[in-house]
Amino acid sequence: MAYSQKVVDKFEQTLKNPKEASVGRWKPGDKDFHRVGTGIVGAPACGDVMKLQIKCENIDGTNKIVDAKFKTYGCGSAIASSGELIDMLKGKTLEEAQNISNQEIVDILELPAIKIHCSVLAEEAIHRAIDDFKSRRNND
Amino acid sequence: MILFTRILDEMNTYYFDYASTTPVDSLVVDKMKECLSVDGAFGNSGSRSHVFGWKAEELVEEARVNVANLLNCDSREIIWTSGATESDNLAIKGAAYFYSDKGKHIITSKIEHKAVLDVCRQLESESYEVTYLEPNSDGIITPESVKAALREDTVLVSLMHINNEIGVINDIEAIGRIVKQNGSIFHVDAAQSAGKIPIDIENLEVDLMSFSAHKIYGPKGIGALYIRRKPRVRLQPLFHGGGQERGIRAGTLPTHQIVGMGEAFKLAKEKMSEDFKNLYKYRDILWNGLKDMEEVYINGAIDNTFPGIFNMSFNFVEGESLIMALKNIAVSSGSACTSASLEPSYVLRALGRKDELAHSSIRFSFGRFTKEQEVKETVELVKDSVDKLREISPLWEMYQDGVDLDKIEWA
Repeated sequence: MAYSQKVVDKFEQTLKNPKEASVGRWKPGDKDFHRVGTGIVGAPACGDVMKLQIKCENIDGTNKIVDAKFKTYGCGSAIASSGELIDMLKGKTLEEAQNISNQEIVDILELPAIKIHCSVLAEEAIHRAIDDFKSRRNND
Repeated sequence: MILFTRILDEMNTYYFDYASTTPVDSLVVDKMKECLSVDGAFGNSGSRSHVFGWKAEELVEEARVNVANLLNCDSREIIWTSGATESDNLAIKGAAYFYSDKGKHIITSKIEHKAVLDVCRQLESESYEVTYLEPNSDGIITPESVKAALREDTVLVSLMHINNEIGVINDIEAIGRIVKQNGSIFHVDAAQSAGKIPIDIENLEVDLMSFSAHKIYGPKGIGALYIRRKPRVRLQPLFHGGGQERGIRAGTLPTHQIVGMGEAFKLAKEKMSEDFKNLYKYRDILWNGLKDMEEVYINGAIDNTFPGIFNMSFNFVEGESLIMALKNIAVSSGSACTSASLEPSYVLRALGRKDELAHSSIRFSFGRFTKEQEVKETVELVKDSVDKLREISPLWEMYQDGVDLDKIEWA
């Protein structure tokens, strides 16, 4: 099995310059942590865990994703899928983000069939992160 | 499995996957070339009526002697096959069928090669009963565990000599004695060990032994099976045809392949101790360079193992991504992502390794053409790549935060 050049490039960029690729975290105590939603999906025993965080701001009455960070344990395509998802998220409203489908990631990265679950994981991660953000808002 | 062939086309890719296959030694290639074209020994070794056949037969028999010499057995005890997979099939099915009157119980282990496990699975569907022994945590099948599993109706015991994933060596001398006492047939898959560590069949209680050429600088597509003559072990053939190999394995003998295997085994005999010393050195450079890293584990053991195969897990880093990061190094992984089945290595699981450590495993296997400098560079590359991947790993982050990953409910 060989990956597309896009997966390889995304993976290598992420490793070479993690900060620029939005690798990182917001943790409790950080200034804006109350505006961050976190989604963790996957399991170590299955070989992939994706942690996605979105930072939202209320702009003109709608919550928009102004920044996002991730960390991923997994194969090359799982790491590339996370990075690709991050690029899609920034600037989107929560509703728009909710509607991102894994197929978009599959298409962009030209993922082979056996790696489609990596894109599904990314889709689940964004749903979890949005749910987390909303539940925190409700508790405010 | 070598991933990312496109990237590996680049210059300066180091090959550390000798347990998967080896390049053919150029001395072997030269011998093989002499058996193909019109000015060479292209004849059919079965042709008894002319010089072309006689010449081919002479070369085939010379090669048989070369193989027998490495293993210290009689050349009449060696028959040619297409490789270790066929040898395993022929040995296990052949003996199980021929001696089925004696019983239908077979003993093997959970960490055998698929060429043994899948044959056993097939026999199970033909009303044979198979016991799959558990290795100890180092990956060794102990003589005691074999003894405990033997029964009156045990017709065959099949165990490997060196494990292909973790390099541990089974004590086939002690196991052979125990199997013999029980009157069962003992088959050993020696695909990974022949030519790499000494094998002295005369002094082993082994009845059948499988060999491969391409693991020891010979060509792919050729192997051999040792079949004991005294006392004679009988097998039911799998192939029927022209009666070659005393009717045990029909099919025109591929002279060039056989000559290649013979030459490779002859070279192995000459180079074994030098090869071994080098492999030991490379393994030590690698392990000494990496052992001080946090959360690294040896899969198998460091003592009593074949140094040419070294399997490590780098916790919190997934194996395929590590292979991808080590783009100019050809290694293999027990990670699910490198297998078509999406299952992590069954060998590492049988050792009791947690699945996540199996996903994080890398097998380095060195060989005759490995250079010390390559290994030294690899140490630095591995450290750097593992550090980078841990930097983007949420599991490493949790570990650093003191979170017990076993207590988390993963979704």
